Amino acid sequence: MADKKTITIAIMDAPYESGRSTTTLRLIDLAAKRGYNINVFAYEGAVLQPFAAQKPHPNAVHGRDVEQENHFIPKDAIAALMREAEKNGGKIDWVNCGLCVDERGAVDAIPGVRRGSPADFWQLSEASDNTLVIATR
Amino acid sequence: MPRYLLIESRDPFDSNDTGFCRDLATQLAAAKNDVTLFLVQNGVLPARSGARSGDLTKLAGAGVRVLADSFSLRERGIEETGLASGVAAAPLEIVLDALAEGAKVIWH
Repeated sequence: MADKKTITIAIMDAPYESGRSTTTLRLIDLAAKRGYNINVFAYEGAVLQPFAAQKPHPNAVHGRDVEQENHFIPKDAIAALMREAEKNGGKIDWVNCGLCVDERGAVDAIPGVRRGSPADFWQLSEASDNTLVIATR
Repeated sequence: MPRYLLIESRDPFDSNDTGFCRDLATQLAAAKNDVTLFLVQNGVLPARSGARSGDLTKLAGAGVRVLADSFSLRERGIEETGLASGVAAAPLEIVLDALAEGAKVIWH
């Protein structure tokens, strides 16, 4: 694309806890469709967004099996966004804060996620056209 | 002209600090900046014409562009025809456009 941009987004929310996670993924989706490069710095609970051990589950209360429930799994959404970005000529560089990972035992992330520190966030931001910090409350 | 996009994700019925974006937007607009307030998630709740929407109408009158995320409106069953005066529905692309164009984008 003629006007390729690089955007950095910092998030702090754990999956399933806030609409901020949804909005973040929506923004990444839009950027991926434009073929932008997207840097994501996941801090605190957000390191669990791409946690590889997430599993879909049935819903016994409503009598649905796993397939019927079709539960939203953030790690699968993130993997799909990475594929979408690549398909459109961009990429997602997802950096999990290493200390936050250790604190939460969230070591096993999906492929494409790397370990880093707040210094990476600064470097990513410096190398970007713009940065958005989606702060938690 | 410097451009600002303030994103308000909180609603005044639940949070007592939504005045932050309103006050900042008012001051930035008064200082001759191009200012947009983008409401998202529960931040769209006061966009309904009625209780608490007066602050947004007043903000629009002060020169601030006030937009509400279409998706968030639909999620909450708020019809675009029922939005307060001065508030318009807009897609989330507004945020990405602002980032791509180098605006200062602040999340609250």
